[in-house]
Amino acid sequence: MDVFTDSANIDTYVTGFLWILKLTAAGAVGALVLGVLLAAMRVSPVPVLRGFGTAWVNIFRNTPLTLIVFFCYFGLYSALGFELSDDIDTNNYWLGVVGLSVYTAAFVCEAIRSGINTVPVGQAEAARAIGMSFLQTLTLIVLPQAARAVVAPLGSTFIALAKNATIVGTIGLMESSTAMKDLINANGDAVIPIFLVFAGTFAIVLIPTGYLFGWLANRLAVKR
Amino acid sequence: MRITRLTAVVGALALAMAAAACGGDDSGSGSASGIVGKASKDKKLVFGVKADQPGLGLQTGGSYTGFDIEITKIIAKGLGVPESGIEYKTTVSANREPFIQQGQVDVVVATYTINDDRKKVVNFAGPYYVAGQDLLVRADETAITGPESLAGKKVCSVSGSTPAKRIQTDYKDAKLQQFDSYSKCVTALADKSVDAVTTDDIILAGYAAQDQYAGKLKVVGKKFSDEPYGIGVKKSDTEGCNKINEILKTAATDGSYKAAWDATLGKSGSAAPTLDVSKLTNCS
Repeated sequence: MDVFTDSANIDTYVTGFLWILKLTAAGAVGALVLGVLLAAMRVSPVPVLRGFGTAWVNIFRNTPLTLIVFFCYFGLYSALGFELSDDIDTNNYWLGVVGLSVYTAAFVCEAIRSGINTVPVGQAEAARAIGMSFLQTLTLIVLPQAARAVVAPLGSTFIALAKNATIVGTIGLMESSTAMKDLINANGDAVIPIFLVFAGTFAIVLIPTGYLFGWLANRLAVKR
Repeated sequence: MRITRLTAVVGALALAMAAAACGGDDSGSGSASGIVGKASKDKKLVFGVKADQPGLGLQTGGSYTGFDIEITKIIAKGLGVPESGIEYKTTVSANREPFIQQGQVDVVVATYTINDDRKKVVNFAGPYYVAGQDLLVRADETAITGPESLAGKKVCSVSGSTPAKRIQTDYKDAKLQQFDSYSKCVTALADKSVDAVTTDDIILAGYAAQDQYAGKLKVVGKKFSDEPYGIGVKKSDTEGCNKINEILKTAATDGSYKAAWDATLGKSGSAAPTLDVSKLTNCS
């Protein structure tokens, strides 16, 4: 295990996982905001919005993330000049966040929509009966109840997001999988230990996260 | 997804190594198992070549083209094997040594840099070309004249590769964009999202000579490292190694080496290099 006594290698390892954390954090915020908006569109009374929401979910849920991230670099940045920063790493980071958010939002949307379906229809009818608008009904009555039902599926989505963040390595961000490949290239005699340390880090962080979401889901569940 | 793929690669490598360890000893020495014997007996040879390097070894459909491929034809001819007797097998950088040791291929011509670690397991003829790290830029580029002028410029290379490492350590002022393949780098260069691509000059020349980039990209032509490309055969096959060196000597003088260059990498506009026969390796 002397690969991990070299400070330069430790640096590579730490940088890789810091990028993963940053990608996951920003990607989760983006996906959550987008996903709630999309879910609202999909249950709204306006056909155009419903169509837009459906199209988004079907397109991005069924496109490989690699392609989406690849497009963010070569389509958005390279061809359309959508530059987010002067610094190469920062630029690739934000392009990656765009890709991850757009993709994950499709899954968040579907999770929230299934949560909305758990809210008894009488709740919405009662809200309408006392004169609330669609937006008020959704934001004050339906979504708060739906949110409590979707904690567990959203947790799974965010765990998937954390692992998917490694894809941003295809556009050159030194995230953990690229860092691992680098270390393996340079230390061909220590492939197994390097692999175990990187895979293990994901497991150590993500398994408790899964339990946390499960616990939260139990605490917050609406007991009917 | 990445992780699964990696385990598969690790597994495959382990298997390849195990197989290599088993298959390494049965070769024996003498002409019977060497390529000279095989060529004269079967009139057939299996060459390991790259399939994804334009200008050097590129597979389109079922056929291979490039400078390395022309070199294999010269070798085959010198050994008395007709072109119909040549069989190609695609190799990647990681499996060249195991392929030779297991006898899956007889000869490897695949941008194969001669170095001491590899010499321990295979025998190298050549070098038939001395490549070096260089820069590929757009044809109208005037500011980049060599590695020293890279400060503040965006340079692209393959992540974890030796050229990328060299930029990181020796030319820190350059901004390094890393992708997992050179074709992505070249696309980015043509799109103007990076200013230069760096790796061995001969690989860059191959990209510059591709039809879709002809006239749009150029190689700066200022090497800043030495990568002698060799021809790999079995460690025990000294006779075959010497024979290939003989063939290269002939090719240098009878014009077939120049013809091979002109038909492939020469299309990028660079003149054929001279094959320095005094530098050929001592086969052992």
